[in-house]
Amino acid sequence: MPAPSTSPAPPAAGTSTRVTGGVGESARRPDGALKVTGEFAYSSDLWADDMLWGATLRSPHPHARLTGLDIGPAVAMPGVYAVLTHDDVPGRTVYGLERADQPVLCDGIARYHGEPVAIVAADHPETARRAASRIVAEYDVLEPLTDPRRAIDPASAPRVHPTGNVVRHLAVRKGDFETGLDVAAEVTVTGEYEVGMQDQAFLGPESGLAVPAEDGGVDLFVATQWLHVDRDQVAACLGMPPERVRLTLGGVGGAFGAREDLSMQIHACMLALHTGRPVKMVYSREESFFGHVHRHPAVLRYEHGASRDGLLRYVKAEIVLDGGAYMSSTPAVVANAATLGVGPYDVPHVSVDCWGVYTNNPPCGAMRGFGAVQAAFGYESQMDRMAAELGLDPVEFRIRNAMSEGSTMPTGQAVDSPAPVAELLKRVSSVPLPPRERGDDGYDLRELPGGVSNTTHGEGVVRGVGYGVGIKNVCFSEGFDDYSTARVRLETVDGRPVASVHTAAAEVGQGLVTLLVQIARTELGIDEVTILPADTEVGSAGSTSASRQSYVTGGAVRAACEAIRERVPDPASLPDGEVVEETVEWRHRPTSPLNEHGQGNAHVQYAFAAHRAVVDVDTELGLVKVVELATAQDVGKAMNPDAVVGQINGGSAQGLGLALMEEVQVSGGRIGNPSFTDYLIPTILDMPPTRVDILELADPEAPYGLRGVGEPPAISSTPAIVAAVRAATGAALTRIPIRPEHILDLSGVSEGERT
Amino acid sequence: MRVSVTVNGTQRQVDDVWEGESLLYVLRERMGLPGSKNACEQGECGSCTVYLDGVSVCACLVAAGQAAGRDVRTVEGLAADDGAHALREAFVEAGAVQCGFCTPGLIVAAHDLLERVPRPDDAEIREALAGNLCRCTGYEQILDAVRRAAERTVG
Amino acid sequence: MEFLRPRTWNEAVAVKAAHPEALALAGGTDVMVELNFDRTRPASLLDLTGVDDLAHWALDGDVLRLGAGVTYSRVVDELGFALPGLATASRTVGSPQIRNRGTIAGNLGSASPAGDAHPALLAAGAEVEVESVRGVRHVPVAEFFAGPKRHVLEPDELIKAILVRPASGPQEFAKIGTRNAMVIAVCSFGLALHPHARRVGTGIGSAAATPRRALDAERFVSEELDWQGRGPLPDGVARRFGELVAHAAEPIDDGRGTARYRVHALAVMARRTLGWAWAAYRKG
Repeated sequence: MPAPSTSPAPPAAGTSTRVTGGVGESARRPDGALKVTGEFAYSSDLWADDMLWGATLRSPHPHARLTGLDIGPAVAMPGVYAVLTHDDVPGRTVYGLERADQPVLCDGIARYHGEPVAIVAADHPETARRAASRIVAEYDVLEPLTDPRRAIDPASAPRVHPTGNVVRHLAVRKGDFETGLDVAAEVTVTGEYEVGMQDQAFLGPESGLAVPAEDGGVDLFVATQWLHVDRDQVAACLGMPPERVRLTLGGVGGAFGAREDLSMQIHACMLALHTGRPVKMVYSREESFFGHVHRHPAVLRYEHGASRDGLLRYVKAEIVLDGGAYMSSTPAVVANAATLGVGPYDVPHVSVDCWGVYTNNPPCGAMRGFGAVQAAFGYESQMDRMAAELGLDPVEFRIRNAMSEGSTMPTGQAVDSPAPVAELLKRVSSVPLPPRERGDDGYDLRELPGGVSNTTHGEGVVRGVGYGVGIKNVCFSEGFDDYSTARVRLETVDGRPVASVHTAAAEVGQGLVTLLVQIARTELGIDEVTILPADTEVGSAGSTSASRQSYVTGGAVRAACEAIRERVPDPASLPDGEVVEETVEWRHRPTSPLNEHGQGNAHVQYAFAAHRAVVDVDTELGLVKVVELATAQDVGKAMNPDAVVGQINGGSAQGLGLALMEEVQVSGGRIGNPSFTDYLIPTILDMPPTRVDILELADPEAPYGLRGVGEPPAISSTPAIVAAVRAATGAALTRIPIRPEHILDLSGVSEGERT
Repeated sequence: MRVSVTVNGTQRQVDDVWEGESLLYVLRERMGLPGSKNACEQGECGSCTVYLDGVSVCACLVAAGQAAGRDVRTVEGLAADDGAHALREAFVEAGAVQCGFCTPGLIVAAHDLLERVPRPDDAEIREALAGNLCRCTGYEQILDAVRRAAERTVG
Repeated sequence: MEFLRPRTWNEAVAVKAAHPEALALAGGTDVMVELNFDRTRPASLLDLTGVDDLAHWALDGDVLRLGAGVTYSRVVDELGFALPGLATASRTVGSPQIRNRGTIAGNLGSASPAGDAHPALLAAGAEVEVESVRGVRHVPVAEFFAGPKRHVLEPDELIKAILVRPASGPQEFAKIGTRNAMVIAVCSFGLALHPHARRVGTGIGSAAATPRRALDAERFVSEELDWQGRGPLPDGVARRFGELVAHAAEPIDDGRGTARYRVHALAVMARRTLGWAWAAYRKG
């Protein structure tokens, strides 16, 4: 393996000006033409001769003992080819990203509402559904543990798993707190905040096609974020060596973290191997809400201390993250929330405790900004309150405390690349405010809170402005061996040099395939570059998460191209018929685990974004219309400016959703709104015009100086919008998503007073 | 049951259709036309937007039997349409495509808008596309794409 | 499951008599969701979209006859002047694709307390024309709903049309949703001024087991308004009207909103819509 390169290498000699669509240009997506015509094959579009359809029976209870399971009535149905249960799992009966604690099929105890109990293969999806509904499952219903605050007590009951209910407790201590001293300050502000359960709500449902292979193995075509970690889990549960389980990426209809854990992968393979026929599984939207992990709900308690002149002295925080029934990536979410828990600020003394716990609520795991999103709502709310307490402008107060290159994180890690937090804040706050478009009597409902629902013609509408800034770690942390593999092949066909790039990196919509083409063009100095389908025939690329693929797989492709250039200094002049191929495994710089005080160089890179939100609030009805979002983000190097803007706008929209409407409503462990009718994501009438300002301050450690882009905008947009609503209304708004009744004071309204 | 329907100008006939099946299922799984997408199957996302007798509808909410004898035009059927071509170009150019799962439905919905309102203002674009959810882009570049396509089509 | 597809209205009525268990299917925007999500498996589906003469509206004397197949989109596009309240309500339904397919009659057939058309129909004083092989009857919309998602139709009856007088005065509709498009009502309110009768009609949506009128509020405000002189609306009257509308509601807490908020929002919407309608009336 070549050593990781630490500075951008010059591109192929004398060729950089020749290529079009290289690094830094807004090159077109290689899959764009297929996507706009409808020809792009998503994992739910796959089809095979003789294909069967899979369906899943799920637990209706959040906590129950499975006392009886009679598959007879389902097996007896015409058109049914297989009905499988826990006893039919051929290999390891559990799986999981960080610890295999999740049963492939219910092992006798159902630990959440929606846990898979049995699977069916039939010749029509309706037959499969009917058969699943005819399986007789009997349960002893058990008391569910649903309060994560209770679960942080190691002695809490019931125990969701024998190991206890605390998945991870991470304490971070900096300054006097590390030495056990207490810290005081002239001005203190305390607050408790709550973040509801957000869903990734990708549009392409969980789906895939498993095809039994002649060697007794299986080929699985699936939408996922990490082919190799899927393969390893599937193979273990099928009791097969990994090489007999071959995965190919099907078209992915969005991911946002929800495809990092397995859903239908093992089930479809089990059914295919059992029946000897291809099996397709496609979740409905309702099933999708039960079929993947969500964003951890959080309860956050903060205490900020500052001097009268507006400098932060200390932050104390306790953060409880509800991981639900299985571990998924809860430990990493805990690490992010804890280590980034004070935000992008210089704080001399820090004490953060973060717990991730098991409950009988739906399992939670990765979602864009994992851990950092929840913390940001807490610390940014506190920053506004402290600014108000000090009589300072919220932007000015943030700038006074903004971290910068050379700052020391609460973990003791020195920030060794640009951290332009103050600059980002200055930029968003200096964007001219949008005009108030309403005239004296003219109005457009579509511009008002409530929209065409016609609730106001301007009455009660007050404008508010709010700010937020956030920090996110990029790549995998805490000593994880984080790498990607790229195989680049160069040949000359009919006198034209052509490169193909093969990686296992999951393109989930973000545009990595475009970026890899751009990198190969720039590095090899040739125009024609093809991206081969991602599969497990090449080494792991790691996960498409943590904003890491441009950095790591981008780095791997660049390194593979460099290796080719070592052999062929001028790739454009390779003789016809000759082939040069290089495969490179590329790593970013190593990180360290955290010690018992949460100290260590745990993160690879930090990324920052700031938002200014302008909102109009109908202060009598509690309805909000976001008028404009202004964003500034440092991306290190805008590898593809249009794609960067797309990531920023998309992330901002998801943050808007969390602020104003998105919540998986869980009561007593049950999901109450598993549909797009009741789980609301922003429409084009909810997203305002945006202003995006991109900074490019190179990180010398990163390929091309780039900084991960995807997550930061999903972090700072939420607190900015909430702050703007607070500014318009004066309401405290300590919980997101904001509901109208949080904005209004309804204490005087009686619902029982009838005449 | 047997269903006969004109799809993209061609008379098609499918057999053994379950009575509860949607037009979307028939298009995707029985006719090999998966361009109409299956994101929510409850009319809340617009990914399966098709023309039914010239009117844009969600194919997931049309029972297969209701389409019998009707004229269906899917995103695949817009392949040779100039307006749709301008939209497709503009979507790719403007960066309006990320995962792309919403894109075919948006192309049909935007095509429907521009057929009726050749030069829509932003508010009209937003109201016309409010039934098409996109989770990736935040919509800004989609608006831009529709504006560009409108400019080019009208000239 | 059986798929029944009559070609004429008489055939439809006969089929419904022969298959009283059949689920009537019009635009499919409610029924197909139930089918797709495996919530219902009726013995048969009775598709009414093949009955051509249902998708028409026409003036019949001084009553507008809205065929059961008329979609929300057509109400928005064609009836904004005659039925402004219903048109405003229709514009808030789902999305363009839903409005292109869903029908007012289908909204009644689903009988959801949150149906967007209902408050406007209640305020306008509409009637539902219902037919079976046994004959035709007219049910005032105010008497049509029997409970959440239940109505007074007999198993052999079908909705043929909605009968409503064209607006003789301003009408308004307002609906609370936590998203600016494609949203089911947290609560909603319809209001119609009937100047000839010197009466105000109301309709409350999604704030009781069924859509309902606010009768006390109607009586109060009909008497208080200066119909003759078209004088200004006293603030106290508007507020009292709002309170009385709120009192007529019996909302519950659910995932979309709290009872308390619904009561509050209804009072605000009633006050505002009355103000808008009265201002329009004063302008003539």
